[in-house]
Amino acid sequence: MSHNIQNENLEIRLLLEAIHQKYGYNFKDYANAHTKRRLRHRLALSNMESYTQMIHRVIYDEDFFNTLLMDLSINVTEMFRDPWFYKKVREDIMPFLKTYSFIKVWHAGCSAGQEVYSISILLEEEGMKHRSQIYATDFNEFIIEKARNGIYPIDVMKSYTVNYQQSGGKKDFSDYYTADYDNVIFRQSLKEKVLFSSHNLVTDGVFGEMNLIFCRNVLIYFNRQLQNRVLKLFYDSLCPGGYLCLGSKESLKFTDMADKFESIAGREKIYRKKREP
Amino acid sequence: MKNKVSRLNRKKKYKAIVMGVSAGGLAALTAILPNLSCQMCLPILIVQHLSPGSDDFLAKHFDKLCPFRVKEAEEKELIVGSTIYFAPANYHLMVEQDRTIALSIAERVQFSRPSIDVLFETAADAYADRLIGIILTGANSDGARGVMRIREFNGFVIAQSPKTAEANVMPLAAIKAGVDKVLALEKIPPFINQITGIP
Repeated sequence: MSHNIQNENLEIRLLLEAIHQKYGYNFKDYANAHTKRRLRHRLALSNMESYTQMIHRVIYDEDFFNTLLMDLSINVTEMFRDPWFYKKVREDIMPFLKTYSFIKVWHAGCSAGQEVYSISILLEEEGMKHRSQIYATDFNEFIIEKARNGIYPIDVMKSYTVNYQQSGGKKDFSDYYTADYDNVIFRQSLKEKVLFSSHNLVTDGVFGEMNLIFCRNVLIYFNRQLQNRVLKLFYDSLCPGGYLCLGSKESLKFTDMADKFESIAGREKIYRKKREP
Repeated sequence: MKNKVSRLNRKKKYKAIVMGVSAGGLAALTAILPNLSCQMCLPILIVQHLSPGSDDFLAKHFDKLCPFRVKEAEEKELIVGSTIYFAPANYHLMVEQDRTIALSIAERVQFSRPSIDVLFETAADAYADRLIGIILTGANSDGARGVMRIREFNGFVIAQSPKTAEANVMPLAAIKAGVDKVLALEKIPPFINQITGIP
């Protein structure tokens, strides 16, 4: 069977090439196992028999491309995901950021916005909201629209509330949203200082002089080469002494940027850009 | 239906073992891992279903008990022999074609993250017929699809005998999907030692 795997891998490379050339989205440097699982799942759901058929379909059918785009972006997240991480940001990073008159925060790969609202709540509770600007970006326009709406199903609120409390939240979590039958909508005021926009880490450039960058559970989907490119982008986007927060299983270890940052919190994966010597 | 005995090729050099285990896992793994020969030179990748907030206690626990290195799998890490890798809580564990580790927070599969299916299917892609899959005790049917994929590639699959499993749903689902050998828990370590070429 192993020759089939080689053929299948070739077909997948051609499919990703077609997507890149036709629509400008480059998934060629994504981690293969991930991409392949997502595409295989789509193949099983569709009536197609091979990735070669899928190439034809994606070239001629933009709706199908949009389906693939959703398949290839991971949009699993939650509010205050890893509460101990948010607790660390609140307790150890915020006191330092409060010494600035104004801070800029970039949430790269913000998905449907759960963690954007989390950081907005945190900044508000720490009295920093009116001295901050949050840039929330994702490559997927549909997802940014969801983030902008700030509407989430009511059945996840229980776990979000537990996360919020464990993260050191100071209020009643329900103060931040209004519940409908099946959904909740987060308070408009949490969006006041948030600018949602499209940005593709694979192809787009540097983003302002940031004090704090969140990019959690995005780099794990990239191959090493692309990870290095994106980490360089973060380095160039941070002011000296700025903070970079990664996902709990991501690390700068073994990357080109390992010696450009110091580790502030090992388990929480919080790094700080070193000042130029 | 293929002849089950002939599928086990004793001359074949296996390159990796994947294990999936859920409810009752600690006892089952305790009966297996410390009893593997220190000459067992393959990597072993394990998905044990865990609650999302768990830390790396399993890896630390078995590292003390086993004759080889036991660790939590790290993103982009090269998979090497004589090492046991546990999937971190709340992440899927995958094997890349170049035999490095990949992690993902994609949707749960069979209500599970980490999911056994995800590990088995990606490992089958990477190791093809050089892979051994083992399904142990568990109360859901995660792993059954992965077992099918390993066998599509002519890998070798073992299920713990349901009678010796604390929870029999998972081994039963694997057996229904098709396995090469059903073994009582205590027979699993000698069998692994034997088929991986240890005298």
